[in-house]
Amino acid sequence: MNFEILIASSLDGLTLGFVFGLMAMGLTLIFGVMKVINLGHGPIIVMGMFTPLVLSQAFGINPYFGLPVVIVLGLVTGIVMYFVAVHRVINAPELTTLLATFAVNMILIGTLTILFTTTPQALSLEMGSLQTGTITILGTRVVAVLVAVVATVALYLFLYRTRSGKSIRAVANNRAAAELMGINSTWILALSFGIGTMLAMLSGALLATLFGFTVLSGSGYEVKSFIIVVLGGLGNPTGALLGGIIIGLLESLVAVIPLPVIGSIPFSWVPVIEFVVFILILLFRPTGLLGART
Amino acid sequence: MKTFSSPFFWLVLVVVGGVSLLPIVTNSPSLREDLFLMLMLVTLASSVNIIMGYTGYVSFGHIVYFGLGGYAAFYLMQNFSVHVLTAALIGGVVASLIAFLIGIPVLRLRGAYFALATIGINEAFRVLVNNLPFLGGSVGMLFSFSAYEPYGGGKSAQQFAYFAMVITALLTIATSFIIKKSKFGLGLMAIREDQDAAMVLGINPARTKVITYAISAFFPALAGAFFFFKNGTILPETAFELHRSIESLVMVMLGGYGTVTGPIVGAVVYERLRGFLITNPTLSQAHLVIAGALLLLIVLFVTAGVIGWLRQRFPAVRRYLE
Amino acid sequence: MLKISRALWISVILATLILTACAPAPTPAPTAAPPTAAPKPTEVPKPTEAAKPTTAPQATTAPTVAPTAAPKPPKSLLIGYTASQTGAQQVASQKQIEGLQLWLDDVKKAGGIKLKDGTVFMPEVKFYDDESKADRVQTLYTTLINTDKADFLLSPYSSGLTRAAIAVSEQNEKVMITAGAAEDLPMDGGTKRTFQLYTPGSQYYLGTVDLMAKLDPSIKKIAFVYENEAFTLSVMNGIQPFAKSKGYEIVVDEKYDSTNTDFSSFINKISGANPDAIIGGGHVTDSTTFAKQLYEKKVTAKMVALLVAPPEPTFASLGDAALNVVGPTQWEPVMVFDADTAKKANLPFYGPSSKVFTDAYVAKYKADPSYHSAGGYAQGLVLQKAIEDADSADPAKVVAALEKVNMMTFYGVIKFSTDAKTHGKQTGHAMVLMQWQKDAAGKLVKQVVWPFDAKSGDVQLRK
Repeated sequence: MNFEILIASSLDGLTLGFVFGLMAMGLTLIFGVMKVINLGHGPIIVMGMFTPLVLSQAFGINPYFGLPVVIVLGLVTGIVMYFVAVHRVINAPELTTLLATFAVNMILIGTLTILFTTTPQALSLEMGSLQTGTITILGTRVVAVLVAVVATVALYLFLYRTRSGKSIRAVANNRAAAELMGINSTWILALSFGIGTMLAMLSGALLATLFGFTVLSGSGYEVKSFIIVVLGGLGNPTGALLGGIIIGLLESLVAVIPLPVIGSIPFSWVPVIEFVVFILILLFRPTGLLGART
Repeated sequence: MKTFSSPFFWLVLVVVGGVSLLPIVTNSPSLREDLFLMLMLVTLASSVNIIMGYTGYVSFGHIVYFGLGGYAAFYLMQNFSVHVLTAALIGGVVASLIAFLIGIPVLRLRGAYFALATIGINEAFRVLVNNLPFLGGSVGMLFSFSAYEPYGGGKSAQQFAYFAMVITALLTIATSFIIKKSKFGLGLMAIREDQDAAMVLGINPARTKVITYAISAFFPALAGAFFFFKNGTILPETAFELHRSIESLVMVMLGGYGTVTGPIVGAVVYERLRGFLITNPTLSQAHLVIAGALLLLIVLFVTAGVIGWLRQRFPAVRRYLE
Repeated sequence: MLKISRALWISVILATLILTACAPAPTPAPTAAPPTAAPKPTEVPKPTEAAKPTTAPQATTAPTVAPTAAPKPPKSLLIGYTASQTGAQQVASQKQIEGLQLWLDDVKKAGGIKLKDGTVFMPEVKFYDDESKADRVQTLYTTLINTDKADFLLSPYSSGLTRAAIAVSEQNEKVMITAGAAEDLPMDGGTKRTFQLYTPGSQYYLGTVDLMAKLDPSIKKIAFVYENEAFTLSVMNGIQPFAKSKGYEIVVDEKYDSTNTDFSSFINKISGANPDAIIGGGHVTDSTTFAKQLYEKKVTAKMVALLVAPPEPTFASLGDAALNVVGPTQWEPVMVFDADTAKKANLPFYGPSSKVFTDAYVAKYKADPSYHSAGGYAQGLVLQKAIEDADSADPAKVVAALEKVNMMTFYGVIKFSTDAKTHGKQTGHAMVLMQWQKDAAGKLVKQVVWPFDAKSGDVQLRK
């Protein structure tokens, strides 16, 4: 009996973890390439949640078919955001870029509130499920994992096999040297920012297929992304995926594992454990599990 | 000490103190409310400036000390009928101690890592307090309305809290000034510019940073104690509100970080602006967008903040305008 | 010499900067009408019925309004409150204010609040946006009280914001009528001039015990699963000891953090204990996701009761996941409260009947009223009654009148506690439990299933 619960929870946590990983990948990529922590990460995830909603309500398009729109929108948003808010202060101390992206956060949330109000929203999707015994796997989760995996693989192929991808890695490694090699760092930085926000938006779209949301849902996911990127290593996309999976499993298993004396950890303590892990990693292994790319 | 002979030091304190007396003179509780909030923001911004402006360590989650001081003081007032001043001082000491202990490991981190760690600390305390029944958990704590009797009733208690906040703000500004003008402060700024070079010069960065961090935690704790005393209730989500922390950073940036008057100017301007936007019927729907856009413009074009810009533009001012 | 004059010059600039910045805020433009409510006088139906509150005293005192008394110009009565025009409480606050605005329209149509000596009060409202933040609430209520000199106050929407408002209103000894705030804690603190309209949280789920007994007497095991949050806790602190005292076995008692979005593993844990009934929830988003995931995981529980989300019409968009979910609600449009119901309960009836209210609301706002809207209207209505009963707008007299209120309205019974510790707490209003059921056409509709004497449908077992 308990064993089945553990397996069911592990599967739940694992599937969610992939989506979390995707969500954090964008943040870590941006940091790795230009040392900027994007505080606009939360509202961008929310934009990703609302895009399929709008598409399905206004045009009747199935949320999954709306994913290409999300991808394009994500890219464009990132590039625009880079040129508007980040480019001018890219070489300034961290605080400046933090506040610049925070300003964008405020603008985005304000705009989204005007457009959609803070009404709770949900996508209605019926995708069936697989079931064995008490273990149920939802169709929506399977699709979410598949999309996350495809996106990760695509990101890797992009970074390692294409010229632009290699340019991004070059700029991340040493911007001055890359410029000397003839790489237009401005466009590469903009592109990286765009890819980062695109991944965030895509994860938002997937999260919307799983849970309900409001325009204010972003901040919770943003803080979770911070935890994941630190866990995996700032700047390391593989680390972000691994960190996401670990956090997903942690959230699902921590309260379910049977313990002597107390029976099990109360579910309301899960966030406490997450933050303690976060702080411990920062103190004892700040480069993260897979090592940061500095 | 050099600071006390500087006329500017006394000028700033007199101006702030003078303005704070306005609500008493005009007998306007509304103005007093406004100024209470303003002075609280000045305190928060100035404290964050002590750690961030001088040492360059961006304390993103600094509001945690506001919450810790608030909770410690409220707990004492609620359960042991301690007088608000005593409770606040104890809260301040508790917060400083926690800051000292946390600071030792956390200040070893640099840059973005430190910033993220401070967010983690704030959030960790928030969810922890949310689960602690003796602090009220998610229900928080609430004064029964007879709790204000020892202060002469609700209205007198409000006045008292106001004066307490005025003193706190003045103390914070004074400390900020003293640190900046002292050798200790020079050491901090050396750490900000180049920590390794500072070590070569004989400064012990680890000890200096931790002491500064502990000092910078004292004043938000006092502010928290008086704020929640005035409100009569405390909840984890209002005590450890990350957004408020980020707002104090905005104020420091706006006014000019690393300066003493910068946080004051920043807090005043930011709060006035927000207040104006919110109460204006045409703009109130878009207040967040407008505030964000203005912040962006300032961050992009006036990076040094108001005071910083003044100092850059009028070099002669630098001797006086801190 | 030169240095001093320069320093002086700079200090003067700085001082002026600070002083001008510190100048009292420009008096906020009077926001007398909520931005979205567009009064359309031509569309109001049933003018006579909706306009005149059916007060028995008026009929009998008509002869005493001597024709010789010169018609007095209406006096203004300023009612102040904050609205959450942005932030988490935006939507519910909007509905509450729509209800209030409807009351305001009705009073204006009736010619104002009339006293026995011919004095007429014409209520006006003044409000500001509190951004759903407690600090703003406190600053703004201070402004409403001291600068705008509001005569009476109404609460914002939500227990959290109302807690903040009560602190200010009590300190300034102003009368405040709260709606949208069910939390017990502030109303157990010995307030003197605060009056609560919503049924207190501790009573929300008490009816589920009756429901379970009726559904299936073999139901024994309950899982309490709820949000770790102040209002939710006030509800659970009421039902848990009650259920235990009635012999039910609590097999799970777990809280989840407010930031929690996924309930899958939580549900796994609960299923392991095999509960017969699941009671709890939190606010809209989490209760909705919880209901959805309970269905997706094919959890077999005979009754599922969740907070806040089920009464929302949008809950039906969950489809089969919403079927047979029970939820507590303060009021539903399907309920009937009118002079007849009042007679049966041996209480006086005041104000429009529930049907009249609902029709007027639909005509004005093109949507069904929710319990938030009903609360908003009731705030104005009870204040009006108290002023009429007190025959004055003097706060002390109005408080005395409110203490004596014991009447039925379209919203249900209204009666306040006069005990020193719980003064002002709502004691007359009954909580209602609703359930989503399929009608003959297979469409999901809300049915009131408890109290049994007010039900519109029988409670159904969840399959």
